Amino acid sequence: MHMVVLTKGVPDFREGQVSFDEDGHLERGKTPTVMNPNDRFALEAALQTRIRHGGRVSVMSMGPPGYKEVLREAMETVYADDLHLVSDREMAAADTWATAITLSAGIETLGEPDVVFAGFKTADGETGHTGPQTNWCLDMPLVTHVISLDIDEAEGTLRAKRLVEGDIEEIETVETELPAFVVADPEFEPSYRTAGERLTLKDLREETRARAENYEEHLTVRDHADINVDPDYIGLDGSPTIVSSVDPIPKAPAEREATMVDPEDTGAMQDVLGAMQSAVGDDAGDAAAAGGD
Amino acid sequence: MSDYEHYEALVVGAGPGGAAAAATFANYGIETLVLERGVEAGSKNVSGGLIYAEESAPYTIDDLFPGFREAAAERPITKYRIHNIAGDKVESFDLTDLHEHDTEWSDSVLRRKMDSWLEDRVHERTRETGGGLLTGVHVNGLLREEGRIVGVTLDELDPITADIIVAADGVNSELARDAGLMDWDEPDEWFQGVKAVVDMPEDAIADRFDVADDEGAAHLFSGDLFEGVRGGGFLYTNRDTLSLGTVFHLDSLVAEEAEPHQLLDALLTHPLLAQWLGDDYTELEYSAKLVPDSKKVALREPHFGRLLLVGDAAGQMQAQGPIIKGMNHAVTAGALAAESYAQAKSRNEPEKAGTRYARKLRSEGVMKKLRPRGYELLRGVAEDDGVTDVVDTVLTSAVGRAGIRALSGRLERLYNVPTLSALMPDTRTPYVTLPTVIAEELGTRVRDQSSVTPPDLEARIGGLTYDTDIGNPHITLRDESYEASGAAVAACPVSAVDFGGGCYREEVVRTNGSEERVVSLDTQPCVECGTCAVVADTEWTHPRGDKGVEFKWG
Repeated sequence: MHMVVLTKGVPDFREGQVSFDEDGHLERGKTPTVMNPNDRFALEAALQTRIRHGGRVSVMSMGPPGYKEVLREAMETVYADDLHLVSDREMAAADTWATAITLSAGIETLGEPDVVFAGFKTADGETGHTGPQTNWCLDMPLVTHVISLDIDEAEGTLRAKRLVEGDIEEIETVETELPAFVVADPEFEPSYRTAGERLTLKDLREETRARAENYEEHLTVRDHADINVDPDYIGLDGSPTIVSSVDPIPKAPAEREATMVDPEDTGAMQDVLGAMQSAVGDDAGDAAAAGGD
Repeated sequence: MSDYEHYEALVVGAGPGGAAAAATFANYGIETLVLERGVEAGSKNVSGGLIYAEESAPYTIDDLFPGFREAAAERPITKYRIHNIAGDKVESFDLTDLHEHDTEWSDSVLRRKMDSWLEDRVHERTRETGGGLLTGVHVNGLLREEGRIVGVTLDELDPITADIIVAADGVNSELARDAGLMDWDEPDEWFQGVKAVVDMPEDAIADRFDVADDEGAAHLFSGDLFEGVRGGGFLYTNRDTLSLGTVFHLDSLVAEEAEPHQLLDALLTHPLLAQWLGDDYTELEYSAKLVPDSKKVALREPHFGRLLLVGDAAGQMQAQGPIIKGMNHAVTAGALAAESYAQAKSRNEPEKAGTRYARKLRSEGVMKKLRPRGYELLRGVAEDDGVTDVVDTVLTSAVGRAGIRALSGRLERLYNVPTLSALMPDTRTPYVTLPTVIAEELGTRVRDQSSVTPPDLEARIGGLTYDTDIGNPHITLRDESYEASGAAVAACPVSAVDFGGGCYREEVVRTNGSEERVVSLDTQPCVECGTCAVVADTEWTHPRGDKGVEFKWG
């Protein structure tokens, strides 16, 4: 089996990592780039497939040279065999459409993978388009919102459980032929119920430790010529989406005032009690006072 | 047979017993899977701990794992002393002869470091057989087909079958209990040990214990410093830490309603220890463990069908006065168990592995050490309450005291006779009365003052690492009445009377105008020692793999 997993570098939006300027604009230079958190589930799905059926996992991303680190992170998560970065100035400022064209061309240079995996939307764009649009170019059966999956190698089929309308309450099982394109849902949970699977996982982890240290030896960087795409169809030139403006979401106005009260300060505590009484009305206040006697 | 995943040999538990079994299976080329419930081998383990290599043992840990002493142990123990204590009077005996009897070497160890080192070697060697070692996997019971044991059931994995199963899953072995070979019924069959690992720079250890780089000291303590509870204390030097602890008979702890952490504190703050602990006491870890008393519970036939028990799971822990040996017996037993299967299989009678293993435990002298014949013969008389009272009355009388004084020159020699230690009855006489009288009559006063302030129980619990299995407590109370389970409030090493942050608490419930004393349980601070399985009425299991307490030192 040959699996390809798509990933993207995104700003690290976690508290303490992310940095915004006064107008609420992301400060890209001050915010580290990490692997898109949702891609972890795609990687886990590929890993599970590999543990059960063997084969090779390739990880691909489109982005600036700095994304190499993101690919290294992906390698450590999925114990990937090889990494692929499609990177070129011509690809800059691409929308999801141009990205899909670029990625699908990249995937085609890797041969004919059995399954392509993508995560459910990125933490920055939040569109959820890139995976399905890439597959539109590849023209394989597409299964989205996958929470578990099984492959029948002999039959050449893939059976998946998926959320209907993204709702955990409604799950359907679908079956399709390979090759196929799988978008893993954040509810995806890998399952390793045999000792054999866990031992294979342990072997892979051990093997990958050495590989991840010299990950650049396993990394191929390709530009638009290498993947054979016309620069007019990628990057800004190939992007039909026009972003007219970006408005910061205003902070929710604080409607309440807060006062800190020292619980040891009896006078202040008395005021708190008075405020509570007036807030709930006099009747309740009388009841509270009576209870206090 | 159903299409379960199958391995030829299955070893449950990656302590020294499991490691020895696995390495021996691998030496015979037998496909071996080892399952350990901790995040890493050693993370669930606590021992005193000294490990011995006995001259008479057929297998030792460094035979099976070359390089063990250099990589996984702390210090060779070259000094061994016991201190008889009465108030601030102390009479010390040198027990190095006893310690060196039948001893090739003996090292202090810390279990996290030791067992995790073994884990890597065991995985490497069993992987070559087609098996391997997995952590974070909890074996919770036996798989039977038509009434016969064929494998195990697990929390994390589907059932696994095997031709031979070695249960090295410790003192609270769930497999031994599932097979009906062990129970948790009698408190007098168990000891409870609590331990503190204390930070100390190497040069301070060299200085205070007068030991060179390749030397170490062990000190034992007995007498009147433990409120009359039967047991004693120990101090072992590690590379740059100390292991200090106390070990008591569980029935005595319960009878005296003693708090284990306070008894440990009584040792830590005794003036005798001031010379070693100084005034910069830093406790790194508090831990506890149940210890089987092999004299009473070591199984003569530790097997049932395909299941063989080794180490603590089989009660193979020799604690006879100042002789404290467990890990070495587990290693020997583990290797003998694996060897027995390999030999039985080569004779085409694998079903005889168990009887062969039990026979080897006898012929190799292991059983004789675990269950000394003299003790069995004397026990009926020596552990009679009336006899104990008479002996204690005589010992503490003017006549007894005169006798101790008359013996003074020979007492140290008598303490060094291994067969006498093996005969020691489990009464207050050898643990409390005799050492106290010795110290009173022969001891000298300690002038030092202790400046040690041990952390309180809350801080000790706070210092431990837990991965709590929220909403899935591994212990449940079957009977919450105080009569059935109240003893756990004091005896649990992470609970105390009038302490709300522990596992067990006493509560008063008012119903229909009457008051009832009940016990409530919160397993969050549990250190998985098993005390409450014995002294309270519980449904007791280990937590799932990777969950519960994680010892960093052990």
